[in-house]
Amino acid sequence: MNVRLEPRENASVGLRLCVSLAAGVAALLLVAIPVLLAGRSPLEAYALMIQGAFGSMFALSETLNRATPLILTGLAAAVAFRAKLWNIGAEGQLYIGALAAVCVGSGLLQLPPALMLPTVMIAGFLAGGLMMVIPAVIKQRFGADEVVITLLLNFVVILFIQMLVEGPLKDPLSMGWPQSVPLIAEAKLPKLLPRLRMHWGLIVGVVAALALWLMVRKTVLGFEIRAVGENKAAARFAGIPVDATMLKVALISGGLAGLAGVGEVAGVKGYLSADLSPGFGYSGIVVAMLAGLSPIGTVLAALFVAAVFVGADSMSRATGISSYIADLVVALSLLCVLVGSFFLRFRLRFGQQSVGA
Amino acid sequence: MDVVFDILSSANFWAAAIRIATPLIFGVLGALICERAGVLNLGIEGIFVAGAMAGWMAVFLGAGLWGGVLIAAVAGGLFGLLHAFLTVILGLSQHVSGIGITLLATSASYFTYRTALPNVTTPPRIVPFQPVSIPGLSDIPFVGPALFQQTPMTFLALLLVGALALVLYRTPLGLAIRAVGDNPASVEAQGLSVTGLRVGAVVLGSALMALGGAFLTMSAFDAFFFGMVNGRGWICIALVVFASWQPGKALLGALLFGAFDAFQIRLQAQIGQVVPGQVFLMMPYLLSIVALILVARRADYPRALLQPWTKGQRH
Amino acid sequence: MTDTPVLLSLSNITKRFGALTANDSISLDLHRGEILALLGENGAGKTTLMNILFGHYVQDEGDVRVLGNGGLRALPPGSPGAALRAGIGMVHQHFTLAENLSGLANIRLGTEPLVSFGREGAARAKVQKIIAESGLDVDLERRVADLTVGEKQRIEILKALYRDAKVLILDEPTAVLTPQEAEGLFAVLRRLAANGLGVIFISHKLGEVLAVSHRILVLRGGKTAGELETAVADRRAIADLMVGKAVAAVVRTPANPGEVLFALEDVSLHGAGGGRALSGVHLTLRAGEVVGLAGVSGNGQSGIAALISGLAVPTSGTMRLYGDTVTRPDPRALVAKGVARMPEDRQHDGVVGTMSVADNIAIEEVRSGAFSRMGLLDRKAMRERAASAISAYDVRCQGPDAEARLLSGGNVQKLILARVLERGPRVILANQPTRGLDVGAQAEVHRRILAARDRGAAVLVISEDLDELFALADRFVVVHAGELQDAGPSDGLDRGTIGLMMAGQGPAAAELAS
Repeated sequence: MNVRLEPRENASVGLRLCVSLAAGVAALLLVAIPVLLAGRSPLEAYALMIQGAFGSMFALSETLNRATPLILTGLAAAVAFRAKLWNIGAEGQLYIGALAAVCVGSGLLQLPPALMLPTVMIAGFLAGGLMMVIPAVIKQRFGADEVVITLLLNFVVILFIQMLVEGPLKDPLSMGWPQSVPLIAEAKLPKLLPRLRMHWGLIVGVVAALALWLMVRKTVLGFEIRAVGENKAAARFAGIPVDATMLKVALISGGLAGLAGVGEVAGVKGYLSADLSPGFGYSGIVVAMLAGLSPIGTVLAALFVAAVFVGADSMSRATGISSYIADLVVALSLLCVLVGSFFLRFRLRFGQQSVGA
Repeated sequence: MDVVFDILSSANFWAAAIRIATPLIFGVLGALICERAGVLNLGIEGIFVAGAMAGWMAVFLGAGLWGGVLIAAVAGGLFGLLHAFLTVILGLSQHVSGIGITLLATSASYFTYRTALPNVTTPPRIVPFQPVSIPGLSDIPFVGPALFQQTPMTFLALLLVGALALVLYRTPLGLAIRAVGDNPASVEAQGLSVTGLRVGAVVLGSALMALGGAFLTMSAFDAFFFGMVNGRGWICIALVVFASWQPGKALLGALLFGAFDAFQIRLQAQIGQVVPGQVFLMMPYLLSIVALILVARRADYPRALLQPWTKGQRH
Repeated sequence: MTDTPVLLSLSNITKRFGALTANDSISLDLHRGEILALLGENGAGKTTLMNILFGHYVQDEGDVRVLGNGGLRALPPGSPGAALRAGIGMVHQHFTLAENLSGLANIRLGTEPLVSFGREGAARAKVQKIIAESGLDVDLERRVADLTVGEKQRIEILKALYRDAKVLILDEPTAVLTPQEAEGLFAVLRRLAANGLGVIFISHKLGEVLAVSHRILVLRGGKTAGELETAVADRRAIADLMVGKAVAAVVRTPANPGEVLFALEDVSLHGAGGGRALSGVHLTLRAGEVVGLAGVSGNGQSGIAALISGLAVPTSGTMRLYGDTVTRPDPRALVAKGVARMPEDRQHDGVVGTMSVADNIAIEEVRSGAFSRMGLLDRKAMRERAASAISAYDVRCQGPDAEARLLSGGNVQKLILARVLERGPRVILANQPTRGLDVGAQAEVHRRILAARDRGAAVLVISEDLDELFALADRFVVVHAGELQDAGPSDGLDRGTIGLMMAGQGPAAAELAS
């Protein structure tokens, strides 16, 4: 008997969902191997992870708190990848967004309290967006690949932030820690519930996801982004301004990553430091891919990835298994969902016939 | 200006430049083989980490230094095989797969290191490769200390530049690799296997990338640190474009880069009081970006780069 | 010819792609020294059959046998390597050359052990000898990227001969050649056949098949429609075999040219690359007239198309639409002014495959009031337009929401016709309007174009198919090396004159020579 591959005409929403779920499950199953090699029981590890991520109100809050920046960086990757703009620089854009929040919201700028928070968010969005518009312009002007440039800019930005928090932005009251002056109270995102860390950034993320979903389906811009992403030549022939559309995508993508930075500064930490993000920008790529680049799916995928991180941290404390296990799960999910995307394009056929081309 | 001249005229500076260039030479050659065959390998950053960890760990656990080098290469080759499976055989996105390989190789390396050494606070050390003096050559004034007092891995890197150039331009295999990165149909029509060539190139290229990582833990330093690769892989991806996918120019690019980096380190010692250290640390990345922008318009990308191939396909 | 030994034998080859049977039990024998023409219109199954023969596809039924040591031996399916070793050489319609390598390197590719230093000198000597014997003259040391199309084709043939091919297959080899270049190719093929090679010549052009072949096998709808000796073949009979049913010829009534709607005045286009450069081009398109643009591909057609499409800006000279100068052409502005553009490569430039039929019909005007309001799409209007276009232009699809990539080539072209003609355009660019379409779809497209002309539109048809141009055009222009020549009204023109102009000779010289 032979196995043949046939191109699929259409992949239903249900099938896409199944592939993402299967990828997450497969990644979790695969890490049983390193857990076993570390000498622990995988079942115990899974149970502790689930408990650590969802087992209490506090755990749930931590998971949602962790999901907040991931939703936004996930959306940043999703909207860019859809237009085939390879923004791998969400990490740097996140920091620049956070930097803008500190610059605007630490008291230097006097504003009516009601305007403070919106201004902080707009500043973070624009700063992050600009950080992506630059490589996009470089690509259009000079033809230099945006992948490498956004990757390299991540390192530049983090060094730049280090320089600022050790220098001009340094908080004189921080007792020598390299961190920036804090945000004033009006510039902070309120907590959602008392005594829990999750904050209004989560609502911002969900609203952003809904807005993006509406944009893709209902607006001319969304139409143009789809056309440019799927077939640049046909879009150009049909009169869609390809370069301008790409710049808009770059602004939105970088802006969303910038908002993630605003959320971390204004919702969680209250100040800027060079360890603000444990790789939210890179994890956002995984989130977007797990979501099949769908905005609504991004929210769910961000929850999954956040749960893995929070659950693994907790499990690590209980068992001594290195918390890098979470990064392993996330990396494996990305590769699994990539393999899964193969089955969205092709179906396996089992039959007696010879192997087709 | 005296400062600049002092730096440039010391043999010690040029020795450092070559030392800094060595991991990049491995990385650029590795990326060059992959891309010549039509596959972008963004797994390079993670493969560097894996090579650094695997080689170091092997030696730490008792293997010889060259044994460590071999194990690093095998580790890199395995990640290359995974990338090749996803991108060449399944034809999936080279960008996404590469990022995935980087995330996987990095986290697997960190996890392994932490699991093997759970309770260390200062990273344990090994006895790394020592500089070898080549009798006669090493005694030449200036040139000797700069060129001929390097560790064996540096000589290996230089040797590989020549070997790769020879294979690429003087053998039928090199012809086939260059052809498959330009137009896979040309290779298939002549009865060669597109898949075989590409998988082989990616595995081999990834093994070389891992040697770049191994150099860090086994030659430049004597221990493994988290974050030690620090973007070197991405810099190699930029340097390949700068080198127009040619081994000789790749060597030149890596050396120029090494010289610049060695220079800024020394400049930092001179004027570090006035300029924050981070400005100097940014230089390698900014330099790579500038190099990429300068050559991008003229860059002669392999035409089939990023294009998956299915058997019997025509344009 | 049938008294010479059989080199190659296909028996009962069947190949299905899903519901479509591309080859239905096809058999053929090829003899030594014979030129066998495989004739059929687009979609008849010619290329599929040859791809099976060469191992690119695996047949579902039937087998391929090749003359080997001591008789016909079965060829293992699905292996181009095995086909090569058995002495089958194939020249694809799209060349399979690595453009970054020299011609010689392409010929050597895959013929020497991979891990060795190769045998460049010996290879060069052997190729030189083949060149001397066959007349396939070409510079072996130049990068393929720098060769002309004809030279690339010669490298392709040399590739096969270098491997001592017994059978040479050429898939639509004349599509990229001038009539004179094609004559040169035929001479080479006759010479090769006389030396004992078996040649399979795939074509959909009746004239050249009659000119070059010894025997003709006609395919239709994946089946063998007939087989005959060329010497005794009757043109009309073959045409009927090929098409099956008689298709009513499209009748072109005399034109009634009106005012100039579109004009290029002394227009040059530089630095565009890809055979787009133009110098000092004058072109006028009048209401109610079809102008046919002939030329070997890559001589500037794409430059002219890019100008009318709004994708290129003249380096110098003036482009006029309805008498007004167009300073910064862009697709959207031209579309709004009533220019209809049909792209050369409709799958690549014409539709976004993963978007719906409705989206693809609306795409050029998505920002206009017709399909959106304040940045929001009017899905209802888009779907309604699509539904009416689908029925008016007979676009075969599952409905307005079906993805465009699921449409056949003919239906994609109908979709594009619906998109551009429904607006009642005054200037129409039809670039390779029927390339790859079957006869029925061709006639439909031709009728639509002529109807638009009769309505008063100015039409430019760019085509590599001279038959198509003669069917449609009221007036001819010919492009060569970026320069445009007026060939005058189509009545009284013959193919030879056009052919010589395509090769770069002026109209006067062309007339003297023909």
